[in-house]
Amino acid sequence: MDAREFREGEELRVLVKEPITKVQLLRYAGASGDDNLIHVDSDTARAVGLDGVIAHGMLSMGFLGQYVASLAGPAAVRRLRVRFSGMVRPGDVLTCRGVVKETRDGIAHLEVWAENQRGERVTHGDAELLARA
Amino acid sequence: MHGDPSVIGRESPPTVFEVERGAIGKFAAAIGDETPEYLAGEIAPPTFPTTFRAPLPELALDLSRVLHGEEEYTYERPIRQGDVLSVTRRIEDCYTRQGSLGEMTFYVVSAEGRDPQGALVYRSRTTIIYR
Repeated sequence: MDAREFREGEELRVLVKEPITKVQLLRYAGASGDDNLIHVDSDTARAVGLDGVIAHGMLSMGFLGQYVASLAGPAAVRRLRVRFSGMVRPGDVLTCRGVVKETRDGIAHLEVWAENQRGERVTHGDAELLARA
Repeated sequence: MHGDPSVIGRESPPTVFEVERGAIGKFAAAIGDETPEYLAGEIAPPTFPTTFRAPLPELALDLSRVLHGEEEYTYERPIRQGDVLSVTRRIEDCYTRQGSLGEMTFYVVSAEGRDPQGALVYRSRTTIIYR
């Protein structure tokens, strides 16, 4: 897919991800090289005060990476920045959303976020994509 | 000791990572991202540099007490199968704050990946929280 046009203020089509599973957390831990056991081992998670395993923040960021790449093609992504503000647990359903803030000098500046099934923003940030003039 | 600002400026040695087709495919599959270019292993997903774990001994923390605060990637070009990237990580900042969970130490770590000719391919900036 080639770079596309973006209109300022445009609300971008959403990406609804499948429910997060424990198997997915195990696969993500292996594929990413993240050895933190709070994502895969309930005993470890409880020992540090959590009520069970939590998803990797980077998995939610990976969803947003998929989202922004789907908008203009994987080669169009110039920047992606997020803040992790809420915990994500197995069973949660994340929806990726975005709004075009500005288009300048061939770059579209987006606000993007992932929200859970209760509408809480768990990962929030911005992205820059190459845009067609 | 955590929160010791003397770690600011510490760098990892440049560490070389070769981007393998299979690693790209597994990473994309774990995210549930079926973008054809990823599953074919041609281009890596935007967050793939998280797999480049250049060693920083000053950050040998108890992982179960580490939370991820923020992450930023900027790309000069997409990362592709066969890329050989030299990655260096650097501790940019270290400070302590009182939070609802008690004292927390924040580390800001930058990284950059360069190709064998020395051209910049990507930069990252990570904030981790140690509680």
